[in-house]
Amino acid sequence: MKKLLTALLFAPLVAFASGAGLHLDKAPDVQGDQAALQSGARTFVNYCLNCHGASFVRYNRLTDLGLTEQQIRDNLMFTAVKIAEPMRIAARSDEQKLWFGAAPPDLTLVARARASEEGSGADWLYTYLRSFYVDEKRPTGWNNTIFSNVGMPHVLWQLQGLQVLNKDHKLELAVPGMLSPAEYDKQIGDLVGFLVWMSEPDVAFRKRLGLGVLAFLVVLFGVSYALKKAYWKDIR
Amino acid sequence: MASNTNFEKYKSDGTLQGNLLEWFDARFPATSMWRGHLSEYYAPKNFNFWYFFGSLAMLVLVIQIVTGIFLVMHYKPDASLNANGIPVAFASVEYIMRDVNWGWLIRYMHSTGASAFFVVVYLHMFRGMLYGSYRQPRELVWIFGTLIFLCLMAEAFMGYLLPWGQMSFWGAQVIVNLFSAIPLIGEPLSIWIRGDFVVGDATLNRFFSFHVIAVPLVLLGLIAAHILALHEVGSNNPDGVEIKKRKDMHGNPIDGIPFHPYYTVKDIVGAVVFLMVFSIIVFFAPEGGGYFLEYNNFLPADPLKTPPHIAPVWYFTPYYSLLRAMVWPLFGIDAKFWGVVAMGAGVVILAFLPWLDRSPVKSIRYRGPIFKTLLTLFVISFFVLGFLGTQPPSYVFFGVVPGAPVAQILSAYYFLFFLTMPWWSKIDKYKPEPDRVTM
Repeated sequence: MKKLLTALLFAPLVAFASGAGLHLDKAPDVQGDQAALQSGARTFVNYCLNCHGASFVRYNRLTDLGLTEQQIRDNLMFTAVKIAEPMRIAARSDEQKLWFGAAPPDLTLVARARASEEGSGADWLYTYLRSFYVDEKRPTGWNNTIFSNVGMPHVLWQLQGLQVLNKDHKLELAVPGMLSPAEYDKQIGDLVGFLVWMSEPDVAFRKRLGLGVLAFLVVLFGVSYALKKAYWKDIR
Repeated sequence: MASNTNFEKYKSDGTLQGNLLEWFDARFPATSMWRGHLSEYYAPKNFNFWYFFGSLAMLVLVIQIVTGIFLVMHYKPDASLNANGIPVAFASVEYIMRDVNWGWLIRYMHSTGASAFFVVVYLHMFRGMLYGSYRQPRELVWIFGTLIFLCLMAEAFMGYLLPWGQMSFWGAQVIVNLFSAIPLIGEPLSIWIRGDFVVGDATLNRFFSFHVIAVPLVLLGLIAAHILALHEVGSNNPDGVEIKKRKDMHGNPIDGIPFHPYYTVKDIVGAVVFLMVFSIIVFFAPEGGGYFLEYNNFLPADPLKTPPHIAPVWYFTPYYSLLRAMVWPLFGIDAKFWGVVAMGAGVVILAFLPWLDRSPVKSIRYRGPIFKTLLTLFVISFFVLGFLGTQPPSYVFFGVVPGAPVAQILSAYYFLFFLTMPWWSKIDKYKPEPDRVTM
C-alpha cells in the first residue's frame, strides 16, 4: 500500500518531466582544466570585454586560474589600473543602446541565467556562439539560429568564417575563417568554460567542502543514533 | 501538565551555586518552564517518522534567522543603478556571493532554507491530516498553525523580491497587481502596497522591512502560541487516542514519556538526517534544478522587459494554480478578483478542518476507505496543481490533454474535498480505536 502510494505520488512528476524545445549542443566540461580556462579568459578579454562588462569579477580573482598577478597585469588588464578592480568597460550603456538596440548585458552571471529546461547555460552559450549566420536583412548583417534577430554582430567571425543558412535552413560554412571548425569549437568551448567559472568561482571549493560536511554528518549520525538507541532501550 | 505554577520552586542545597539558582528561580519560572515544557512534558511514546517535522521546522527557523542576520549585514535594499548600470540590491547579493567571507554559504543556506521550510511545513501539515491532529481538543494548535503557514507565505513572498532579479520583480508585480482586481478600492490599494505605480525602490524597501522584522516578529509570536497551546492539551499520536485517559499513580500518562531526554535525543537523529539532505542541496545543487533559485533571477530586474513566462517559486504553485483556475468574471467583477479569493480561500479553509471532519476516529489507521481514497486523490491533485503552477497556462500533457481544464477540475476537487467532508467523513466506515497506543 505504502509503495503504491509513493509510486502514485511521483508518477505525475516523472511523466510530465518531458518537454520539447530548441536543440542545444552539449558544451565540453573544462572546469578544472586551467589551460582551457586561461585560453577562455584570453578570448573573453580580447573579444567580449569591449562591449560587455563582468562587473562582479575582480581581475585578481583570475589568480584562481593559475595566473600570477603579473601575468594578469601584462596580458589581460587593458583598461583597469588596479588589480582588484572589477572587469568594467568604458562604453556607456545609453550609447550602446543607441548602437545595438539594446545595451549588451553584463556577462558575470550569463552562464547561470541562460540555463533552462532545454539545457545548461553552458550548452546554450556554446550553441549560440556557433550559430551566427550572414543575414543581409539585419542592420548588423548578422542573425542567429537560436536567438533570432539578435542585436550582437558576430564578433568572432574572423576566427569562424562566414556561415550562411542553406536551402534546408541549416547552418553551412560558406567562407572559412582563421580557425578550422574543430579549432573554433575548441576555442568557444574554452570561452564558455571561462564564463561558467566566472558565474560562480567558488564551485570547486563548495563541492569539496560539501564532501567534508557530509562525512562529518555521517559520523554525527552514528553517534546520535547510538545515543537514541541507548536512551530508548527500555521503551516499548 | 505544562502550567507554570504546578512545579515546586528550586531549593538550594546550601552551596553558592544552589543559592544563586534558588534566588533566580524565585524570580523567574525557570524550573517550571524546564519541567513543564521539556523534562516533564509527557509525549506519546509511539511517535513515528511523521513527527520529526515539527522540530525540523524549528531548526529551519533558526537557520533562517541566523543566516538572515548575517545577510542583512551586507545586503542593500536599493533599486537604483550602480556605476556599472546594475541595481544596487542585485549587486549586493553578488557581493555577498563573491566578496563576503563565507557569503556564498550563508546565502545558499538561506535560499535553500526557504524551500526546506515549506517542505517540512507541508509534511508537518500532512501529518496533521493523517492522524487527525487538528481534532478536539487541538483546534487552536491547528488554527495557530494555519496562521503560521499564512505568515510563512507572506515572509517568503516578500523575501523573494529582495535579490531584485527578473523573477523577483515580475513575480511581485503580478501578485501585487492581483489586488487591483478588488472592486472600488483595488487600484488605490495596490498603489498603497507598492508605494508607487510600479514595483520600485519604495516597494523593495518596505518588503525588506516586512521581511526582516515585521513578519518574523508575528511569526515568532504565533510559533510560541502554537507550542504553548500544544503543551496545554498534549500531543496527538499516530493512533489518535488520548494518552491522558490512562495515568499511573503519579498522575503521568502510562503511554507518555518525558519529551526530554527521549524526544530530544530522537529529534537530534532527525535533525542530522535533515542536515544531510540540506547539505547535499546547499553544496551540490543550490539552484535545485531551477526550482529553488530560478534561472531568470540571475538577471537583474528590468521593468521594461517582461519575461515570457512568470512562474512563482515551487512552494506557491499549488495555490497559484487555484488562482489561475478562476477565469469567470462572476457578478461582473474581474476574474482576477475571484482568483485571489480562491487562492486565499484555499489557505483559510484549512483552519476549518477541525469542524469539517465528523469522523468518530482521528487516525488514518482506523478510518475507512472513503477517507483513504479521497486523501490519496487530494495529495495527487495537490502535486499536479503544483506542477501545473510552474508551467504556462497553455501547457498540454503528452501533447493531448490541455493543462488548464485539468487545473480547474483539480481546483474544484481541492475545495470539494473540504466542503463535502462533513458528509463523507460521517458515513465512512471505521475500525474501533484501541484503548492504548500501539508501538
